[in-house]
Amino acid sequence: MTVIIPIQKVGRSDRSAVGGKAFALSQLLTKGMDVPKSVCITTEAYNRYISTTGLRERILLELSRKQLDQMRWEEMWDASLRIRNMFLRTPIPRNLGDTISSAVGGCFGGQAVVVRSSAPEEDSAKTSFAGLHESYLNLSGLDRVLTHIRLVWASLWSDAALLYRTELGLDVEKSTMAVLVQEIVIGDRSGVIFGLNPNHSEQAVLESVYGLNAGLVDGAVEPDRWIFERKSGRILDHYEPPRKQWLVPSSSGTSLEALPNKLRRKPPLDDTECTRLYRMAMKLESYLGSPQDVEWTLRDGVLYLLQSRPITTAPSEAAEDKRPWYLSLRRSLDNLKSLHLKIEKQLLPKMLEEAVRLRERNMAGLSDDELADEIALRKKTYDHWVDVYWKEFIPFAHGMRLFGQVYNDALKPDDPFEFMDLLRSANLASIQRNKLLVQIAQKLHGSPELIDCLKRGDLSLNPEFEAMLNAFIEQLGIGRRPAEGAVVSGYDKNAIIPLLLELASSPEDRMHSDGKDPEILNSRFLACFDGDKKQMAQDLLDLGRASYRLRDDDNIYLGRIEMEMSIAVSEGIKRIEKRGTKADIVSAPEDVIEVLKNPAYIPQPGSSEEKAETGRTVKARQLLGQPAGPGIARGAARVILKQSDLFEFKRGETLVCDALDPNMTFVVPLSAGIVERRGGMLIHGAIIAREYGIPCVTGVAEAASLIQTGQTVTVDGYLGIVTIE
Amino acid sequence: MKEKEPLNSLLIKLFSEQRLAVLGTQSRSGPYGNLVAFAATDDLKYLLFATTRATRKFENLTEIPKVSLLIDNRSNREVDFHEAVAVTATGTAKEVLGSERDSFQDILLSKHPYLSGFVTAPTCALLKIEVDTYYIVREFQHVVELHIKL
Repeated sequence: MTVIIPIQKVGRSDRSAVGGKAFALSQLLTKGMDVPKSVCITTEAYNRYISTTGLRERILLELSRKQLDQMRWEEMWDASLRIRNMFLRTPIPRNLGDTISSAVGGCFGGQAVVVRSSAPEEDSAKTSFAGLHESYLNLSGLDRVLTHIRLVWASLWSDAALLYRTELGLDVEKSTMAVLVQEIVIGDRSGVIFGLNPNHSEQAVLESVYGLNAGLVDGAVEPDRWIFERKSGRILDHYEPPRKQWLVPSSSGTSLEALPNKLRRKPPLDDTECTRLYRMAMKLESYLGSPQDVEWTLRDGVLYLLQSRPITTAPSEAAEDKRPWYLSLRRSLDNLKSLHLKIEKQLLPKMLEEAVRLRERNMAGLSDDELADEIALRKKTYDHWVDVYWKEFIPFAHGMRLFGQVYNDALKPDDPFEFMDLLRSANLASIQRNKLLVQIAQKLHGSPELIDCLKRGDLSLNPEFEAMLNAFIEQLGIGRRPAEGAVVSGYDKNAIIPLLLELASSPEDRMHSDGKDPEILNSRFLACFDGDKKQMAQDLLDLGRASYRLRDDDNIYLGRIEMEMSIAVSEGIKRIEKRGTKADIVSAPEDVIEVLKNPAYIPQPGSSEEKAETGRTVKARQLLGQPAGPGIARGAARVILKQSDLFEFKRGETLVCDALDPNMTFVVPLSAGIVERRGGMLIHGAIIAREYGIPCVTGVAEAASLIQTGQTVTVDGYLGIVTIE
Repeated sequence: MKEKEPLNSLLIKLFSEQRLAVLGTQSRSGPYGNLVAFAATDDLKYLLFATTRATRKFENLTEIPKVSLLIDNRSNREVDFHEAVAVTATGTAKEVLGSERDSFQDILLSKHPYLSGFVTAPTCALLKIEVDTYYIVREFQHVVELHIKL
């Protein structure tokens, strides 16, 4: 099969070789429509590239690390980043590169081009989803074009594509990707027209912006929007946004600039142009047989069709399908910068203020009725902040990912997660809390008398030490928001004594210092950018650091609100018990409220959430997860199934748990290695492991049930392997 | 001695066609077998494979370095009985360290490029089997020995 087909030579039988996007444009070209000059790099090029370089098997190895349907979305992002890095670091073999270069050079000379994905699976009538694969604009120089062809190939395995793998028919063994290289048409106005409004079958929708179309498609520039009556083409509505920016070509690709004032006041299209576009959409529908989603641009009055794909209904409109929400997490730098400001300047101070305000209310003086109202108020407050957590804090975690991708593109590091070392200088709340723990242990280390007092539970002669200990316990208490599968619900002073004594035997601060020097990484990263791009890189780094820090701190802030709710609920339970009512089935805030208001109310016992015994007799020997913290460690496992397991932790043991949440972090300085069922490279366990330089493997299915406390385990944090002896 | 040259070619062809081999190791508690991705040096003196140091096979061959490696081209069909070739190499396994590591690693990775992340990990050991003898079985029962280390 040939590697290159000029668009004017694409025939009917070439559809699978050139992909849906290129095929549709070739059809429009034959109908005499204006399409940018284009060359198709066929799927054969992709296949040759991944076969001759060994990438095919490396991709398969990466994607078979864990079954895709068992991967969390974060793990898909991690896998996708690793694959993307493989493409970034693997040059196109010389023969193939020469063939592509000569075709691209021959067609475009030194002209800037656009490199677009054209997947055979994408853009067919059954499966059409915008934005799952990548396109790159305004690329000059054959080297840059070849690099971006590799990035388009890599986007076959983007996290979004993996998420929609069933609908796309993505097959890890067979899927392939064609690429369309087009001349860049620098339109003065651009947009998208949907021949059929996906939300209303009687309408068509037109969106338009000044400048390049990618500004609209990426969500960076808000478009003017016109709604048409589909049957007649009559304009029913025109929405005008505040027009502030436009995307224009720049030396390094594209750049988002302020829109000149005279354009801000004027819609990008007049009614005649809108009608022209509507008619064009209808014409395309009749040529291609179904309503189309068309990207277009206008240059000097000529209307160019950039791409056209069939409109299909959303892959799943079910409310329980959370994938669209996940995709919405991919946000621009500007969007994340404003989100950062909102979180740091408004939301976190407000949460703290709310927690302090709640704490000031004395519940002892409240009647039962008033207490019930107070619990309801606190529950409502807590629920509100949980909602904010999902809507604002979780999306902000994407800041780390955005930074990671830019870092990898710039430096192509061997370790695709090297960027985490550059974010490490952040000051995590849970690390600060551990520093306090080390201070306590240091005081104990130098004083056998103090140890004796602690064991006897009499610290009256050491008020300073007692205050330190109370401060630590309060800090532990305030971070009580349980993570997925968490086992921690609260602490008492006596339970923590064995752990303090364990720490006191050698109370050094284990903070990691032998990783890569953040200062060197910092300079290397910034040196990759010139001019105004340097400022963008610095902004991105600042954002990544804030995102890294807040990834955990937000849990601790939310924990403060939850603690205030728990205090009120505990007061309610105490009163119910005083009445002589058996309160062991009353724990949910709703039940406590009901019983306080109506002493005759008897709550229904909840169902047990304990997992059924599977009766397995499997003995695990070697388990595969993700290499989340480099290094190797061997030691006895301490499996954390309940709170008391944490307090029995001994130095040099390997922490094995379902999900390491910020409230379990205090045992990390004692541990040799960390193994976690929950997967991800950017989750709390992985972040803390990197901070302490502790080998860590995450995403080990059934880790806490396949590994037993006391078994010797080797944690290979380079390869993501846990071996059980 | 006469058969040595054709045997060399047969082995080189077989080793270049086959990706996996069965490694036999032993410990005081008994024998153990594994599939490993392997490569051979051009002179057939060494067979190479990689493993992480936490594995049972690494533990075994550290304790008892005498190992075997079975390489064959069976296709899991009846014709295997007359068509298949099976070669058992016996020799001594040693971790490749120092200056040798780069060149031996290149040999293994040029045959298995997808293993680059695995082989170059600090926890992964590159092993060479210094071959004593190849036992070559063809046509069901035809067995010859090729002594490498005299």
